[in-house]
Amino acid sequence: MANRTVQFKIYRYDPDKDSAPYLQDISVELDASDRKLLDALVKIKAKDDSLSIRRSCREGVCGSDAMNINGKNGLACLTDIDSLKQPIVLRPLPGLPVIRDLIVDMTQFFKQYHSIKPYVINNDPPPERERLQSPEEREELNGLYECILCASCSTSCPSFWWNPDKFVGPAGLLAAYRFIADTRDQATSERLDNLEDPYRLFRCHTIMNCVDVCPKHLNPTQAIGKIKDMMVRRAV
Amino acid sequence: MNVAKRSFDAVIVGAGGAGLRAAIQLSEAGLKTAVLSKVFPTRSHTVAAQGGVSASLGNSEPDHWHWHMYDTVKGSDWLGDQDAIEFMCRQAPDVVVELEHYGMPFDRLDSGKIYQRPFGGHMSNFGDKPVRRACAAADRTGHAMLHALYQRNVRANTQFFVEWMALDLLRAADGRVLGVIAMEMETSEITVFQAKATLFATGGAGRIFASSTNAFINTGDGLGMAARAGIPLEDMEFWQFHPTGVAGAGVLITEGVRGEGGILRNSSGERFMERYAPNAKDLASRDVVSRAMVTEINEGRGCGPNKDHVLLDITHLDPAVIMSRLPGIREISIQFANVDPIKAPIPVVPTCHYQMGGIPTNYRGEVVVDNKPVAGFYAAGECACASVHGANRLGTNSLLDLLVFGKSSGEHMVEFIRSEPNALPDIPEAEIDRSLVRVNRLDTQKNGANVHETRAAMQRTMQNHCGVFRFKNMLEQGAAKILEIEQQVQQVEIKDKSKVWNTARLEALEVENLIEVAKATMISANARTESRGAHVRDDAPDTPQHPDGRDDENWLKHTLWYRDGNRLDYKPVTLTPLTVETIALKKRAY
Repeated sequence: MANRTVQFKIYRYDPDKDSAPYLQDISVELDASDRKLLDALVKIKAKDDSLSIRRSCREGVCGSDAMNINGKNGLACLTDIDSLKQPIVLRPLPGLPVIRDLIVDMTQFFKQYHSIKPYVINNDPPPERERLQSPEEREELNGLYECILCASCSTSCPSFWWNPDKFVGPAGLLAAYRFIADTRDQATSERLDNLEDPYRLFRCHTIMNCVDVCPKHLNPTQAIGKIKDMMVRRAV
Repeated sequence: MNVAKRSFDAVIVGAGGAGLRAAIQLSEAGLKTAVLSKVFPTRSHTVAAQGGVSASLGNSEPDHWHWHMYDTVKGSDWLGDQDAIEFMCRQAPDVVVELEHYGMPFDRLDSGKIYQRPFGGHMSNFGDKPVRRACAAADRTGHAMLHALYQRNVRANTQFFVEWMALDLLRAADGRVLGVIAMEMETSEITVFQAKATLFATGGAGRIFASSTNAFINTGDGLGMAARAGIPLEDMEFWQFHPTGVAGAGVLITEGVRGEGGILRNSSGERFMERYAPNAKDLASRDVVSRAMVTEINEGRGCGPNKDHVLLDITHLDPAVIMSRLPGIREISIQFANVDPIKAPIPVVPTCHYQMGGIPTNYRGEVVVDNKPVAGFYAAGECACASVHGANRLGTNSLLDLLVFGKSSGEHMVEFIRSEPNALPDIPEAEIDRSLVRVNRLDTQKNGANVHETRAAMQRTMQNHCGVFRFKNMLEQGAAKILEIEQQVQQVEIKDKSKVWNTARLEALEVENLIEVAKATMISANARTESRGAHVRDDAPDTPQHPDGRDDENWLKHTLWYRDGNRLDYKPVTLTPLTVETIALKKRAY
């Protein structure tokens, strides 16, 4: 990678001054050290301080800078600029209200996450030492606990677009299964009850956009399938 | 000007590990608690911690809190306060077990107990040989911990104010702290949060340096607010340069890589740490390893076309171990170094990582000025200085610090709030105006400096003048330069005046906090004419009289920097632990 000019079309909207959103053409000079999309956005912002984005860790673990990149959700800090077709089109995550530019209102997303009671429920008095768990039991949590709540998955899911208030969405359901799968949790039956309705779980139609976009390579569809299996097994 | 006011029992600024741990204590005690955070809690920088949290659980070999305490005192180069260090190391097993009960997905041993790995500077039997003390969830310990702490707060119904930036600390005429004034980022609306007890858990300020493992949000907001409110900052010359940041990118590669068997090599493939630390080798403490690396590079044994980094080699490890214990590191290497560490070594350089100094506190989390607690004010985590890390922090002691002192400050806030039945005094209008003037200036400033350029100038100055090795003339020039840059900071100008999610305004306010930290660092470093821990200068070399340049006779004391007049003061190190004997001064060797 050397010095190069990269072309962007970026979704802009400031409700304080814009009557409607628009796509702004922006070109930016990058040098060899600018490798990730976030590097380019920081350069753009150095020239035009009005571009608003969320960002923090710049290494793919905080989940702040999810956005729609050339039509696909992902993290700006983990996306190689040179892998993208130009002009690079950046839009806010789809399906959530836009506050400004690439910043969306994530209230609905977190509401669904909170609705699955995202904490270990264990009503036994805590022992003096750690609760024991075999390496195999712990292994069950791999691929579940690593979620960074970036919302790339849920906002790429048509079922979540249509029913964000009723369908928990892939991120919330992945978290639901994370607690079901934890041998320390005693609330499996309560958790299944909580998902037993036509929308909360069963609006997943295995479109698998969630799997396709997850920057942590997690598989919410598989977790959802396991919850559905448990529902079926306890019904018969 | 009329500003909205809200009233709470407690207000916590910052929702990383320390803030969240304290919030559990307060919420579960039934107190009305507000937690303010610039980011959604699970986006706080605790999330990026990788290798582990230390506790002498002894799950795979004998261990003892007293050995942990010894290692921490030695790691601190004797600048840590031994009462606070004893407190932390004794509490460690309990707070880690508690975290497990909250649902933390620790890795497990065949016995079902928490998995522990070796880490730099952690030894058995008072410095004998490396011990497995770091409790780990793969190489995502901070992520697993932060999420578990947030989840416990969801259960406890803690009230969060997400994407709010605290602007200033509010104090009564008698110095008592009455809360904070803060801005909602979405709307730019300003609100006063009045509280009987206020906790700063705002994290570090690693963004004062150009090359840092720290997140964009680590801008020392708590330190800036404290300094502006007349609170001194302690030991700010001590910054940890983590040995293994990805060369060029700055992203962290955990010391746990070396704990699992990783080896540092120079351009001839030599395991050079054997020369610098014959006993602990690659697991010597971080200041020692970072200096060895820079020495190798300076002496022409660096790697790559520019000979500007060394290599972290794990190609000899079983790929299955890498996949199970270090999966995140493999991802990071592929993403940021273009290297699959199963096949080739990772290019690494020492990178600014952690601030040992901070807001002076005792082990109860109370902020202490002039030997007295400041009524109603607490600090915990990286923004605080208890001081448990002294001149150099051991790996995994940061996650322990935020659990122990988050909990301890939470407990003492509960006590303090319950002992204060009376309504709070009114907040002096001048206190509120002080903050509003600062914010309003940004709407009217003309012909001022660009925020991005001013910040970059500060970061370059800190990097060049106050790095791994420090030089007398560079420190002097650096201190002068930082004071010049401060003039620019006071006149930074933003073009964006929108009221909606104005990140330009936020970044300008952050630079005002960063510059306070930069000044404290440069001025404290320039004044300390010895070498100790992470602070090593050319005019304080290794001599028989002062091994490693450490001068206990004159410098076994904590620095206190006051913003007003850039005044420096000093206070003694607490050498007396709570129950055991003093760990006596000696030369550090690994």
